[in-house]
Amino acid sequence: MNCNKEQVINIIKNIASTMEKNKEYLTELDSAIGDADHGINMNRGFKAVVEKLPEVEDKCIGTILKTIGMTLVSTVGGASGPLYGTAFMYAGREVTGEKELDLTDIKNLFRAALEGLVKRGKAKPGDKTIVDTLTPVVDYFKSSLDEKTDNEILEEIVSIAKESMEATKPLLAKKGRASFLKERSKGHLDPGAVSCYLMIKEFAAVLKGVA
Amino acid sequence: MKKIINDPEQVVDEMLTGMVMAHPEIVRVNGFNVLIRKESKKKDKVTLISGGGSGHEPAHGGFIGYGMLDAAVSGEVFTSPTPDQILEAIKAVDTGKGSLLIVKNYSGDVMNFEMASEMAEMDGIEIEQVIINDDVAVEDSTYTTGRRGIAGTIFVHKIAGAMAEKGASLSEVKRVAQKAINNLRSKGMALTSCTVPSVGKPTFEIAEDEMEVGLGIHGEPGVEKIKIKSAAEIAENLVDSIVEDLPFKSGDEVALLINGLGSTPLMELYILNKSVQDLCRKRGIKVYKTYVDEYMTSLEMAGASISMLKLDDELKELLDEPADTLVLKQGGKKDD
Repeated sequence: MNCNKEQVINIIKNIASTMEKNKEYLTELDSAIGDADHGINMNRGFKAVVEKLPEVEDKCIGTILKTIGMTLVSTVGGASGPLYGTAFMYAGREVTGEKELDLTDIKNLFRAALEGLVKRGKAKPGDKTIVDTLTPVVDYFKSSLDEKTDNEILEEIVSIAKESMEATKPLLAKKGRASFLKERSKGHLDPGAVSCYLMIKEFAAVLKGVA
Repeated sequence: MKKIINDPEQVVDEMLTGMVMAHPEIVRVNGFNVLIRKESKKKDKVTLISGGGSGHEPAHGGFIGYGMLDAAVSGEVFTSPTPDQILEAIKAVDTGKGSLLIVKNYSGDVMNFEMASEMAEMDGIEIEQVIINDDVAVEDSTYTTGRRGIAGTIFVHKIAGAMAEKGASLSEVKRVAQKAINNLRSKGMALTSCTVPSVGKPTFEIAEDEMEVGLGIHGEPGVEKIKIKSAAEIAENLVDSIVEDLPFKSGDEVALLINGLGSTPLMELYILNKSVQDLCRKRGIKVYKTYVDEYMTSLEMAGASISMLKLDDELKELLDEPADTLVLKQGGKKDD
């Protein structure tokens, strides 16, 4: 599996438009257990990212990802700004200098993004956060994927992300604002887990050539 | 949504512009959502920086001035400000004696302030931070985010601000801020939801005869929804949880803050205050000083919160020191 710079740019642009499309949905999820701003914040952040892309388009993938991270940190605010921002910065650092990523780079990139998330947010799987969606995907990448085709891998990560995102619904939130609600946080999807799934879906769609 | 606004995306910017137009004693840092005390850099003192999402007015800009804050950072509505904005606030008021960041315990605020303090320290500015967690409605556990910070924050601004004004060191200012936090408890309730301008509809639904108890300052739902009660019963619900938590005991002296959440008339806040003071008297708790007003709102939410600060001689003295901010003025005017 390879991912070149143009594909990275396309993934980011598609993530931006999916955030725009899901702005109200994410905000609705957040109003149930948070403070009703996740969709608005993610949309604001990725809009700023798209405006920033022309400045870094000719740089390496590492620089592009780090710039995205910095832009998210300085425009999203809330908890998702530092979390996604740190995740992208860590992912970018992992692939400094690269113009094209192979499967090993992609595995490392996802692992680094999760490390950044955990370092900043200190959440564990099961806390009802972004980490719940990303961790099983990273674990899947750790397994030997030699016998699988690229398409199989890409389909698998999307379905793993979807299942883990859906699995946040019955959980009791242990991090972030939803944790203040204790029992009342149960029965709702975590907005961060959902936005993370949406990103993974866009990533796979571009690499499969369907977006 | 019925609101006096021009563009939901511009509410923070236009509010800040309007605010400095009304109050020449505060200045906006060019290009940032940061308000600072005029000429604050001229004063050789530890600086105090607070902030958070917008929608809590008069917090935090309303507490900039002598005896309280040096700078306030505004995020989007109910959204933590970003680290670059916080860093700008720190730099704008830096006198070389260090800064205390007063942060409320919300993951976003904690993370953004933490990133900003890492950046400020790289610039050679000494930073300390305190986290406010006064809300007893939220369960405090090592496995969760812990308690959120609400209106009791104003007491921390006041106590730490008075200490900084005396010329105390950063560690001393931090010590009294933490002491205030350790002796501070709050709880709130609401009768209606608020509407975030960019969302356009109420954050939660609530029936005409219901109230949310134990909610925060972001229009987030409370910990329970119950039938509406009298002021005396509301006071009892809130005061009981506050008093039992610290606990506050007979013979204790406290400062009381009755805070309106945005659209509760002062009449109702004073009625609530009467009920709260009756309860304190019954429990043998002496109310040393009382503040009743809107200090930390939740846009147009109807409701109130009660904060109690247990006092000792040092906290009493710092609480009595003069303050001259947009909202809190006491003990005569002190110029910068």
